[in-house]
Amino acid sequence: MSSLMRAALAATMLTGLAIAGTSSASAQAAKPAAKPAEKVEHKPLPAGLDPTTGPAPFPSTYKALPGRPTAIVGATVLTATGQQIENGVVFFSGGKIISVGGPETPVPADVAVIDGKGKWVTPGVIDAHSHLGVYPSPGVQARSDGNEITDPNTAQVWSEHSVWPHDPGFNRARAGGVTTLQILPGSANLFGGRSVTLKNIPSHTMQGMKFPGAPYGVKMACGENPKRVYGGRSRAPSTAMGNVAGYRAAWINAADYKRKWDDYRAKVAKNEKADAPKRDLQLETLMGVLNGEILVQNHCYRGDEMAVMLDIGKEFGYRTTMFHHAVEAYKVGDLLAKDDVCFATWASWTGFKMESLDGIDANAAIAHKAGACTVIHSDDPIMTQRLNQEAALAMTAGNRIGMNIPRAEAIAWITSNPAKALGIADKTGSLVAGKAADVVLWTADPFSVYAQAEKVFIDGGLAYDRRDPQYQPKSDFELGQPGEGAFHQ
Amino acid sequence: MIRIALLSGACALAFASAASAETVAITNAKIETVAAAGTIASGTIVLTDGKITAVGANVSVPSGARVIDAKGGVVTPGLIAPSSNLAASEIGGVRETRDDGSGTEMSAGFDISYSINPDSPVIGLARDGGVTSAAVTPTLSGGGGGAHRDDGDIELENLKDMTAGRAGDGDPRLFTGQAALIRLAAGDDDIVTKAKVAVALDLGQAGARAAGGSRGAAIVLVKSAFEDARAYARNRSAFEKGATRDFGLSRIDLDALVPVVEGKTPLLVRVRRASDIRQIIKLAAEEKVKIILEGAEEGWIVAADIAKAGVPVIVDTQADLPDSFETLGARLDNAARLQAAGVAVAITGSRDFNNLRLQRLNAGLAVANGMPYQAALASVTAVPAKMWGMSSVGTLEVGKDADVVLWNGDPLETTTWPTAVFVGGYQQPTDFRGSKLRDRYARPAGAYPRAY
Repeated sequence: MSSLMRAALAATMLTGLAIAGTSSASAQAAKPAAKPAEKVEHKPLPAGLDPTTGPAPFPSTYKALPGRPTAIVGATVLTATGQQIENGVVFFSGGKIISVGGPETPVPADVAVIDGKGKWVTPGVIDAHSHLGVYPSPGVQARSDGNEITDPNTAQVWSEHSVWPHDPGFNRARAGGVTTLQILPGSANLFGGRSVTLKNIPSHTMQGMKFPGAPYGVKMACGENPKRVYGGRSRAPSTAMGNVAGYRAAWINAADYKRKWDDYRAKVAKNEKADAPKRDLQLETLMGVLNGEILVQNHCYRGDEMAVMLDIGKEFGYRTTMFHHAVEAYKVGDLLAKDDVCFATWASWTGFKMESLDGIDANAAIAHKAGACTVIHSDDPIMTQRLNQEAALAMTAGNRIGMNIPRAEAIAWITSNPAKALGIADKTGSLVAGKAADVVLWTADPFSVYAQAEKVFIDGGLAYDRRDPQYQPKSDFELGQPGEGAFHQ
Repeated sequence: MIRIALLSGACALAFASAASAETVAITNAKIETVAAAGTIASGTIVLTDGKITAVGANVSVPSGARVIDAKGGVVTPGLIAPSSNLAASEIGGVRETRDDGSGTEMSAGFDISYSINPDSPVIGLARDGGVTSAAVTPTLSGGGGGAHRDDGDIELENLKDMTAGRAGDGDPRLFTGQAALIRLAAGDDDIVTKAKVAVALDLGQAGARAAGGSRGAAIVLVKSAFEDARAYARNRSAFEKGATRDFGLSRIDLDALVPVVEGKTPLLVRVRRASDIRQIIKLAAEEKVKIILEGAEEGWIVAADIAKAGVPVIVDTQADLPDSFETLGARLDNAARLQAAGVAVAITGSRDFNNLRLQRLNAGLAVANGMPYQAALASVTAVPAKMWGMSSVGTLEVGKDADVVLWNGDPLETTTWPTAVFVGGYQQPTDFRGSKLRDRYARPAGAYPRAY
């Protein structure tokens, strides 16, 4: 708003006040009442000053790869809705799953048919915790863009602005069946910034990968990282209690900011005089959480710390969507189940820092049995290529103590459960009619060490084919380098 | 603390004596001998007084033997971790527990055998993955322990660790120290079976930094150190009298390098890039030094050269990312290609104890990417045994030590686990810190807290 416009608006309001005063003078004399609010006509805020109007910044330009109606027949199908179908049929067309069922499932005559005999089909793997693109390969300082280690609260940064879409790691992950990833900023800060969810197709822009309609998350971090980073600089937080004070202070500011915007909007709706708060990107992210639009993705290893974080959520009226790295979920499975909070963990990583010391391979299985929403994540460009095997290890650790967790359940840990925790379960994550045709054809039981993703479809388009070099994309970086981006036979 | 230490010592003694002098026969097993006998589809293996006394399809069970019916399970030699920080480093992120690097005061002279803690709780964890022996090797960067990228400033800390020399003094502190072999026997208060089995040397990117700038500087410093070690060995008394020229390394470092330059002790060299592999093979030939390569992500490019030089290689089969400029050609079929070219390939999980458990799965991954199954089995048993001169383990043959694992299925598979682990004929305890935590929380809590 220009100063000239402000002056004109002020003059108008003064005039209005004078008129109102004259007409109601007698009533005021008889019964002193609260001064009626000034009626004004609000103009839209100038571009960029209203977070809720105008185009969403950095909009997705994702376009599905070309696809054709395809039926995979004869394979063992894990739907990620609890079903294992032998000799099954998965039919997709127009980028969507059309039908999934047993051998009797009808398939139109004029579609591509893939013989899945002896093979397995699952939904595309979703890695709920990835730093591909923000900590890309090769890992040099010049491309180390995953951690804005400059303040304990950097809720204003967005990981999508660090993503280098040519990271060769995306190609490796796709060959492991990964069709969707949540790219998180790092865990040095109490609030690390916003996450972005990507469809794992090659693109020369981040926007070209951005998952249409996926909500943002905000990365929070408990525990050792924030206090080590900032304590090491002799500033807060340097302790676990300093961490908690930092979260609470931030939520107080966020609640106050939200109140200001809510008040402003209420007044605008009533045509009352109001001054718009100045946008604050940091508080806007946190307000998005309080408004239920942005999901909390909280790095938190220890069970006792998760319990504290859940209480903070209750104090300020927000929900934690998922705890990441939660190696002690098995100690608090009941709490997670009660509050319907997902947790993401590994099977095999333990003891690399004090807060991971009590990590056990049966963690996921025990908390799963307690009713918690279980996710196996990677946080790693190598493990993301074999999340199926990591889920197998977690399942096996439970079965070793008699839990009898079937594959049909455990597959959810890397498909439908992460979809839920990313707020995209209505779009992908399970083989259900109407959802995206994000589908992996495996050479064998995906819970086997010998299984490989043979074909990977994303929105019905063939994104990767182990047997056809034409569908093994190489990133710009890999051209002209030793190996030329080929990493398997 | 003292009381606890005494108690655990007493328990260990009790365990060892209770299990001693036992003859065990594992019957009805698929036996992977990793030796000339190959796979015995269904047979019996007999362990007597710590040795393998019989193995075959038609072996009779000695009278008085304890019989374990494998029910079709698989018996293999105990796995051997070819390069690890096992028992020398506890928690990667806790400096006080990390003893697998020398710091800045020593180079080749650092002896990791003094760091070994036989009571380390991670030994039980490793054994739970079927590992019965390990080479414990020092490194420039210290015990990592699965530190990952989402971890604040851990990367910066590691960079500091990489500074292997005092600035400006010109000492070639490239060598990371001397490796040791351990055997994961519960109740043994000295698990080191052999110390000073190799001197480790980090070349490539890490070595260049330690040398003060470049790969070229590192190679010159290595050659210079070898020259010094030879001059020192020729005339130790002159050195004691101060009558020699100045050497770049201290006496203890030179002492450690003498058996290397004499060709008696191998140099464990960490290299990744093809050109670095060529350089070290050339240098080893010129200097008549025995080498073992670790890493070798671009090894497939120079597989023929490695095979021709007869150099064994330790690889992590998961490494397929161009995660640095020295691994641009990393591939999932590196191990398969090296093996096919005739290279002795040992497969590792990673040097960190928690990822050590992935060793057998990494062998499975090698199979999925073209390595014959038997070669993959050998890469975690017989090959590392031979590489490290451990002649009494690594295969299932009569007369070998009874380091034996019984699995409930394919040992390389995600869905199997060891059901019995023997070290020197003693069946090892199956509980460890992780399994105790698991068992505490796998059951519903009662009215009292679980701590009761």
